[in-house]
Amino acid sequence: MYFDSLGAILHMDGHGSYVWSAYLITLIVLAMLLLVPRRRQRRILQQLDGELRRRQGTPMALDEES
Amino acid sequence: MWTFFHKLGSPPWLYSISGTILRWLLPITLVALAAGIVWGLLFTAPDFRQGNSYRIIYIHVPAAVVALAGYYVMAIAGAISLIWKMKMADVAMKACAPIGAALTFIALVTGSIWGKPTWGTWWVWDARITSMLILLFLYLGVVALYEAYDNKEAAGKACAVLSLVGMVNIPIIYKSVDWWYSLHQPASIKFTGESSIDPSMLYPLLLMISAFYALFTCCLLMNMRAELLEREARTNWVQRLAKQEGRS
Repeated sequence: MYFDSLGAILHMDGHGSYVWSAYLITLIVLAMLLLVPRRRQRRILQQLDGELRRRQGTPMALDEES
Repeated sequence: MWTFFHKLGSPPWLYSISGTILRWLLPITLVALAAGIVWGLLFTAPDFRQGNSYRIIYIHVPAAVVALAGYYVMAIAGAISLIWKMKMADVAMKACAPIGAALTFIALVTGSIWGKPTWGTWWVWDARITSMLILLFLYLGVVALYEAYDNKEAAGKACAVLSLVGMVNIPIIYKSVDWWYSLHQPASIKFTGESSIDPSMLYPLLLMISAFYALFTCCLLMNMRAELLEREARTNWVQRLAKQEGRS
């Protein structure tokens, strides 16, 4: 490891705020890139499932057991 | 070979194979990304001229490289959907745009943050930065154009044309650091000839570039899967899938 203390890691000889903010922003954007399609996929399937059940007219309570 | 292309056009096949790929590729990507970040941030020596601020290179360069590569993917997919009317190409093109926009955004923002301690300014209208900004607008343009049309086929055509026209920007981005003398430094990694970067900095950088490529692939597949479900919502295979997984 290059740094010898946690303080040195955070400070990075005065460049810490630049480096850490750049990494933080990047990680937030990348996390969004991964989470948005996953959530969209789940939402589509759930909506479709609800639609199909309503069309079939099966009561929710009965459906839960199957 | 032809059966492969035939299968590629089949949404249920593409959906299931991409699911299998993602199950492996996504964990590998995340581990590589974490390893590359820790390596670059903590285990490399600082640059002798720029000090620690240079550590931004490990996200700035991969994001920029993959943002450019993603544009090729988008434009080629656009061309295929224009010429052969292949639906999956249209799905791929649409899936590329938000990822490319996000990566270009990362490259611009991290470059700006890097510029402050290194050049003394957040922003300059230099050729490389301006052409990257145009790349961002091209990506956002494709996203917006897609939403602007009610007719998805017309939207796909318009986006394909836009992404193909935008290709002229790509060589400008590559060559901008050589054509115009500017603040932005020229490329440090070269396929031909000696790279002007020390191996101890090169290896973590190559790892991060690979991780970003893998991440792009993961996001591309995930976007395509969601898009496929939406477009194929009236078909049997999607409805069966909704009954299985819609409740969880």
